Amino acid sequence: CRSGSGGNRGGAAMDLFGDLRRMNKRQLYYQVLNFAMIVSSALMIWKGLIVVTGSESPIVVVLSGSMEPAFHRGDLLFLTNFHDDPIRAGEIVVFKVEGRDIPIVHRVIKVHEKGNGNIKFLTKGDNNEVDDRGLYKEGQNWLEKKDVVGRARGFLPYVGMVTIIMNDYPKFKYALLAVMGAYVLLKRES
Amino acid sequence: RKNVEDFTGPRERSDLGFVTFDITADILNGKNGLQTFWNKNTLMLFFIFDWNVKQLFLYLSAEYSTKNNALNQVVLWDKIILRGDNPRLSLKDMKSKYFFFDDGNGLKGNRNITLTLSWNVVPNAGILPLVTGSGHVSVPFPDTYETTKSY
Repeated sequence: CRSGSGGNRGGAAMDLFGDLRRMNKRQLYYQVLNFAMIVSSALMIWKGLIVVTGSESPIVVVLSGSMEPAFHRGDLLFLTNFHDDPIRAGEIVVFKVEGRDIPIVHRVIKVHEKGNGNIKFLTKGDNNEVDDRGLYKEGQNWLEKKDVVGRARGFLPYVGMVTIIMNDYPKFKYALLAVMGAYVLLKRES
Repeated sequence: RKNVEDFTGPRERSDLGFVTFDITADILNGKNGLQTFWNKNTLMLFFIFDWNVKQLFLYLSAEYSTKNNALNQVVLWDKIILRGDNPRLSLKDMKSKYFFFDDGNGLKGNRNITLTLSWNVVPNAGILPLVTGSGHVSVPFPDTYETTKSY
């Protein structure tokens, strides 16, 4: 750390701008690289999880109340999707309807498997009166293995609420990103 | 003990099965982990509702083989038991909650349909185990269809 060369030491805001001006180029590059390293590490961990669990989305947030009282909106689910794991009645699966992006978390209530391993199954939310046929694509009566994102193996309550808030209130997301960015860029390592 | 009256009715091109059953389950606080056993007419279920168990999802499923499909599983009935609920469960002469449709005509004359009770433990936080009960009952379906639908 180099001592400042005088300058007005009024309020904290003045200090901030003072800091920014006094930071030379090499320090700025260093901070940016630090930031990039943190982002890369996070990405690597996520990709690693995808490989280890076999699921394209190993952590999902519950978006609806259709599995209450087991899962509520905002709960976090941990999934695995091993190829050799058979789909059996009673399991909680996360699936995507063809053509839609939203993952749905429901329970398998019917399974019909052929000798060659071909499986078709039906799902229903615990809190729903009827099965999911109304949610499937037009004319589609069954789900197949390819529609499955993963099987729910573990869960944490409430933690996923942050994602839902960020989705519903984008200003909150930008504010959070701005604060994080400012913190990382201005953090000093002396 | 599960009382089973079997008659199958054809519906469009799939077999529809009708099953009625009695389940009496006493859910007690036992110290020996998960156990089930039949005691005369009663299914005894020992389960620990400890601090990390939010609910128990019980379901009765029928498993069988047909010409069309090597393995079929159909959930006939389910129930959610929350921690703190009345621990005695007694359901007499229940009709299955969901329609027992086969994918095809594999129920007629099928001698080997196995009914099993299983459960899903939902914790307050953590792993979600799925357990199958150790007892099961075999149910045979008759060789002919019922012409009158008396449900």
